[in-house]
Amino acid sequence: MTSGGVTARDEVLGRVRAALGELRGTLPGVPRSYHGAGAGPVDLDLLVDRLRDYHALVRTNGDGHTVAGLLADAVRERGARSFVVPAGVPPAWLEALGSGVLVDDGTLTPVDLDAVDGVVTGCALAIAETGTIVLDASADQGRRLLSLVPDYHLCVVREEDVVATVPDAVARLDPTRPLTWISGPSATSDIELERVEGVHGPRTLEVILVPAAADPRPPSTPGQSSEAPVQS
Amino acid sequence: MRVALFVTCLADTLFPSVGQATVRLLERLGHEVVFPSEQTCCGQMHINTGYQREAVPLVRRFVEQFEPYDAVVAPSGSCVGSVRHQHAMVARRAGEEALALRAESVAARTYELSQLLVDVLGVEDVGAHFPHRVTYHPTCHSLRLLRVGDAPLRLLQQVRGIELVELPDADQCCGFGGTFAVKNADTSTAMLADKMRHVLSTGAEVCSAGDSSCLMHIGGGLSRLRSGTRTLHLAEILASTEKEPA
Amino acid sequence: MTSTFLGLPTVAATDTEHLRGEPFPVAARRALADGQLRANLGRATRTIRAKRQAVVDEVDDWQELREAGRALKAATMARLDEHLEQLEAAVTARGGTVHWARDAAEANAVVTELVRATGSDEVVKVKSMATQEIGLNEALASAGIAALETDLAELIVQLGNDRPSHILVPAIHRNRAEIREIFRREMPGVDPDLTDDPRQLAMAARRFLRSKFLSARVAVSGANFAVAETGTLAVVESEGNGRMCLTLPQTLITVMGIEKLVPAWQDLEVFLQLLPRSSTGERMNPYTSMWTGVTPGDGPQDVHLVLLDNGRTATLADEVGREALHCIRCSACLNVCPVYERVGGHAYGSVYPGPIGAVLSPQLTGVEQNATLPYASSLCGACLDVCPVKIDIPSLLVHLRAQHVEQHRATHRLPSPEAVTMAAAGWVMGDERRFAAAQRAGGAGRLLGGRRGVIATLPPPLAGWTSSRDLPAPPAESFRAWWRRTRGEVS
Repeated sequence: MTSGGVTARDEVLGRVRAALGELRGTLPGVPRSYHGAGAGPVDLDLLVDRLRDYHALVRTNGDGHTVAGLLADAVRERGARSFVVPAGVPPAWLEALGSGVLVDDGTLTPVDLDAVDGVVTGCALAIAETGTIVLDASADQGRRLLSLVPDYHLCVVREEDVVATVPDAVARLDPTRPLTWISGPSATSDIELERVEGVHGPRTLEVILVPAAADPRPPSTPGQSSEAPVQS
Repeated sequence: MRVALFVTCLADTLFPSVGQATVRLLERLGHEVVFPSEQTCCGQMHINTGYQREAVPLVRRFVEQFEPYDAVVAPSGSCVGSVRHQHAMVARRAGEEALALRAESVAARTYELSQLLVDVLGVEDVGAHFPHRVTYHPTCHSLRLLRVGDAPLRLLQQVRGIELVELPDADQCCGFGGTFAVKNADTSTAMLADKMRHVLSTGAEVCSAGDSSCLMHIGGGLSRLRSGTRTLHLAEILASTEKEPA
Repeated sequence: MTSTFLGLPTVAATDTEHLRGEPFPVAARRALADGQLRANLGRATRTIRAKRQAVVDEVDDWQELREAGRALKAATMARLDEHLEQLEAAVTARGGTVHWARDAAEANAVVTELVRATGSDEVVKVKSMATQEIGLNEALASAGIAALETDLAELIVQLGNDRPSHILVPAIHRNRAEIREIFRREMPGVDPDLTDDPRQLAMAARRFLRSKFLSARVAVSGANFAVAETGTLAVVESEGNGRMCLTLPQTLITVMGIEKLVPAWQDLEVFLQLLPRSSTGERMNPYTSMWTGVTPGDGPQDVHLVLLDNGRTATLADEVGREALHCIRCSACLNVCPVYERVGGHAYGSVYPGPIGAVLSPQLTGVEQNATLPYASSLCGACLDVCPVKIDIPSLLVHLRAQHVEQHRATHRLPSPEAVTMAAAGWVMGDERRFAAAQRAGGAGRLLGGRRGVIATLPPPLAGWTSSRDLPAPPAESFRAWWRRTRGEVS
């Protein structure tokens, strides 16, 4: 939009320049003396503790289970009938989930997903210190709506993808991908600041934490996008 | 040590016993106290109400009066807070850079009483005697602007006969805030009501603090309630002895 | 893009409906009389203070993070034009469209036009301070477009035909019983047997909003952060309503103040630690969404960003006052403020209440449009202690008070009674002999003192003091008189 021939863009930028002055001051330095990326070791127990503290369910392969076995257990215990998965999940997951599984082909609508009991995804990484999992829409995670609309989210975290802190996560993530940081089930504290879990997102978050060896994948799938991330 | 006393305009005018107690205490500890006689006011009320132009001569006066001394003490966290955190800013805003530099230099050697005693003179037991039940309100500017920490409590803990009781929600403002108490009297009074409730809940005979202004506020409320709990400045308790009780 | 200097005068916000109200003392007096409000606020702020403290104490580099946050924001402001141009280029390169708005009316017009172009007469909204500031919902309504707030607290406020009173928890002034009544009265299709259990109330909102989310074609959001380097926008939330709005509709329109930038992607490693712990008192909020332009096949394919000035450049022009633009809207300062705790957010008359509101609102509108807000503080300093980016709110309040006094002086022929008093006090204090004489004259005040030695009533303006507090009657002898009498003139 323009007024008097000057676009809003030029006017706002012009005002900023006027506010800063022609002889803008020296650029202040930024001290980064906090614990940055790579400052500390990864503590898997801390991740489990922090996930549970925010009421996520956690399964680990303490007795040497494969991811397929843990998935099957989780699905059985949950009693869920229908699941959706992204197109890029490893074949072993599909076998574990059985015949009722729906594979997203990119055409499922929010209404379709609302009729599904749960979703199974991988993740880009998990942050031990905060009990956070981060999805970046890679092939084993799929479109963002998959992990949002169904009421139960079962997420496989490989121990190798756990980082210690938020700076570690930021260093590893690609900002040009759509990112969803998830810490526990959805929650609200809007009524008298009393925490109520499960509002609009999945009311149950369950995490399966396994070493990569327990989650064998064909060489082409892990960490790859289902579509080109960059639009020209 | 030779210490210049900045008594503050409020203690000078309404609470002279606070200034007298400060003098008595420091002299008892073997220090020389001088009173630069042309001192008046630090200008905090002007500055905090927006009248910085009117505060410039007061800043200049303070600097001129106290510049000759190695240590300046005031029985007030908020006045020292103003000296330390506002004087140079006010001078600079008025375009008086030279005055600002002098103000910074004087401010660096201006101490609130408990700071002077504990941090500079290194004393916690001042030989006081005060056999009463006391609760201590730390006051916002001592706590958050000057960061005196637990210096006042360490001094009080060494007082003979004292029964020190913790004040619930001690770090909460009493609601004084200078002209805030008048401009926003209703809010100030609501804050005071909670502070008094906490003071009275301790069953203390005395509510103490390091600032006459907050004490005037709390004491004025307690007096209106005729609660029987009185207010005493930290200096008065520390100056108290068996021979000369506060 | 141009890097040559093209300075244009900054202007304060002109449409100030959502940034100013009646004088603070008047509104505060009314709020203080509401016992229910004070009880609700007292309980809520006490809870959130404890939660925040617990998770802040877990972090051993908290002070270093705060210092980095402060410095990053200062660096952002120092080159804001360059960062804005960089952001615009990055968003555009990835398929988004960037719009600019000088003021509220222009931003509302841009958004209205974008919604109209989709053919939709309904939008779902993620809680956003910027859109409240500009009154977007009202503007859309007047264009025949219904805006539905989807954050639970915002929904409570919207259904109750109420105003938000807190940055993070806009319905903090309502308790569960009041919320149940609002839902029973206003929420279509709600279970009439709804109890006041917060879980039941939240589930009622889930049911009500679910169908809206699934069918929404247009969403409007704010943004917590925008990364200039990459064009990435971030929304930090808890309920999942944000994810619903940011993911399901075809069109996403984000309205953001120009100050909410961070220069680089790495900088989020600081703010994503500072914000959740300061705000909800959590190590991490349940959901954070980040998007960069359009991702083909995933989420909205029609993505817009509206960059809003509305008084921000005027704030930036004040080298001291610009620090208020560092705010990341965590609301920690509200929760620790003894004034906010007692009067609530409505008394500030602005969508930005509490200590940060008292320094931000008057700068956005011009201080003379909001002259009582800088005085709405006892300067206790609790806000500075908790601010994750170390905004020195008490010093900014003092700075704005000085601006008010100077501007009042410049625009009025006669000084205010207060100015006369201050000038007189300054004159008295300007000379120790005048001060001593005033002390002797004040000794006459002893006559006002009753038997208890206190003064219980004074004329205005000091009646504000004696309405609830006694004043000690002046003593017989001032300190300096005592010193002179006992020590003689020594220095």
